[in-house]
Amino acid sequence: MAIANPTDQAPSTKKYSLDSGIPPIVGKLAFLAIAIFAILMPFLFDPIAGFMDDSITALAFVIMALGLNVVVGFAGLLDLGYVAFFALGAYSVGWFASGFFADANVHIGVTGFITNIPGIHANFLIVLVAAMIVCMIGGVIIGLPTLRLRGDYIAIVTLAFGEIIRVFAVNGDQINLPFGESAKLTAGVNGITPVDQVQLPLPNFADPGIQLFQFGQLNLRPWYWFALTLVFITLFVVIRLRDSRLGRAWIALREDEVAAASMGVPLVKTKLYAYAVGAAIGGVSGAFQASYLSTVNADQFKFSFSIFVLAMVILGGLGSVWGVVVGALLLSLINSYLIPDIFRTVPKDLFGLDFELTDLGFGIFGFLLLIVMVLRPEGLVPERRRQIELHQDIDAGETSFEVRT
Amino acid sequence: MSPSEAADQSARKAKDEDVLKPRKRVELAPGAPLMDIENATKIFGGLTAVSDITFTIPQNAIVSVIGPNGAGKTTFFNMLTGLYKPSMGRIVFLGKDVTGTRPDIITRMGVARTFQNIRLFGTMTALENVMVGQHTRMRAGVWGSILRTPRVRREEERVREIGREILAEVGMPKSSFDQLAINLSYGDQRRVEIARALASEPRLLLLDEPTAGMNPNESHQLTGLMRKLRDERDLSILLIEHDMKVVMDVSERVTVLDHGIKIAEGEPTAVRADPAVVEAYLGKQG
Repeated sequence: MAIANPTDQAPSTKKYSLDSGIPPIVGKLAFLAIAIFAILMPFLFDPIAGFMDDSITALAFVIMALGLNVVVGFAGLLDLGYVAFFALGAYSVGWFASGFFADANVHIGVTGFITNIPGIHANFLIVLVAAMIVCMIGGVIIGLPTLRLRGDYIAIVTLAFGEIIRVFAVNGDQINLPFGESAKLTAGVNGITPVDQVQLPLPNFADPGIQLFQFGQLNLRPWYWFALTLVFITLFVVIRLRDSRLGRAWIALREDEVAAASMGVPLVKTKLYAYAVGAAIGGVSGAFQASYLSTVNADQFKFSFSIFVLAMVILGGLGSVWGVVVGALLLSLINSYLIPDIFRTVPKDLFGLDFELTDLGFGIFGFLLLIVMVLRPEGLVPERRRQIELHQDIDAGETSFEVRT
Repeated sequence: MSPSEAADQSARKAKDEDVLKPRKRVELAPGAPLMDIENATKIFGGLTAVSDITFTIPQNAIVSVIGPNGAGKTTFFNMLTGLYKPSMGRIVFLGKDVTGTRPDIITRMGVARTFQNIRLFGTMTALENVMVGQHTRMRAGVWGSILRTPRVRREEERVREIGREILAEVGMPKSSFDQLAINLSYGDQRRVEIARALASEPRLLLLDEPTAGMNPNESHQLTGLMRKLRDERDLSILLIEHDMKVVMDVSERVTVLDHGIKIAEGEPTAVRADPAVVEAYLGKQG
């Protein structure tokens, strides 16, 4: 005499599927084509021209966004303080690969004129590992107090953590470290500059015209390829993690914490893994950007940076690796190429306006975001599971359509 | 069982132990209780949801908790699985005090559950759901997952294989293994939830109203499944159920809660005749 539950008939009306309908071979070929184009692209542009510079920045943002996507997209933990890891990664370079600690005289794996400069100078690859470790520790520290919190509260705590790091960065020139007379924590808004260039243990293909792997301000191509390599490695890592035991646990946790815990998924550990992985990836990008810009300046670590990266993730498609890549490229290029470089060329009096279009940068930016969110709320390249969650709620009438006043 | 089958099984067991986390089986003396709940009490603010319940779950048994809506049955369940920490009292599982232990640790020790309002991971397939259930049996960490070492690869494969076996065991058709959980019919969702719980290889399975929303035929099948699981998997089942037919049919012992208090306990037939129980369900007579 069981009573039929009203939800009994509900599911059969619509079948959801994770299959996007695109055969895997098409996806693989598309990836291959895009990868080859990306590798050869620098030859199409002037090695010191603006677009090369914008592309390198865009690639650094792709890494950043992929890292944030692990936290927000995979594990569903809203993080508004991601700039903290940009800062920690950048300071790892400032500390371990510059003349900042002038009392020290440590050189590890570096060659050339740098060996004559005091300070700590480690090879960039070592600094990358250091940045990852520093950021992972930072990620765990930010993670621990948020573990008992949910949703919006996590966002507030992470936001505060980002601000704390920024305040430390700004005022770090007042903080003395216990070693050496002049050793400070940071250089505040004056910035630590210059920072060592990347040196890779690669044969320098000695074509004097190209100098393929000589990092420098006059040849941006090696920076580009290095950033691209980091993007590929990051992609590999996040995809492997997504399709693993840990990735499953993240989805479970995101969908239903109570059920996940009851199935034996340790909430604390699983969340901390997400924070640590996301932080480490952010640190890689931060370290790269510091070295590329050759400065570590406290002014770089603003709250708006966190929002910018978050916008990339959401615009591209929360949880969708490829979407996040698209979102990051798009927003970064709009921000650093389209608005300043292209709109500047629009004549001032074209629309009878009394100001330059570039002055409207943020307005244009916001408008584009708004359009995308209205037309495609699940992002440009939606993650299937997220999309189903979203549509399932709408199908089930769980939105507030009925609320009329 | 033929000798070759036995050899097969022991070979598979060896393979299992190689890939998945070895499970230390705590042996209890015959007749010792699997779980012992002493004076469990849960107070929310001024409301006493569960009051001073002492309860024993024997090994290899099916016992039920019944009671009108709001009697505190689910709160009681949540205490046993670690979701709530008891305000007072003690819970002993396999001879160990597990009062206030985290849910994932209790699950690892061998308590698994289903939920009254199904809580499957909707956008995961039936098989993936069962694979999450095996989380405690797996070892793959961050580095192993990134590098996808042969060991991690074998583990994934094995977990997938076991997932299919368990789904088949609870009677899911092969064609639904890769269906998303939200696409499944209500009865199938219930079945997948049981499969997911079984995946952690529990000694104690807690079923929270498993037949809710099922037709009599499906309920009957489920009763059969419960008996089969108890006998073949050597586990105990604690059942919360509204369907009296199922309760009377399957349980060896029934406990009745009302307003958080245990008002009766005993064999199904005895409990049914108990005036206190009749009163709780139907109101005071006369």
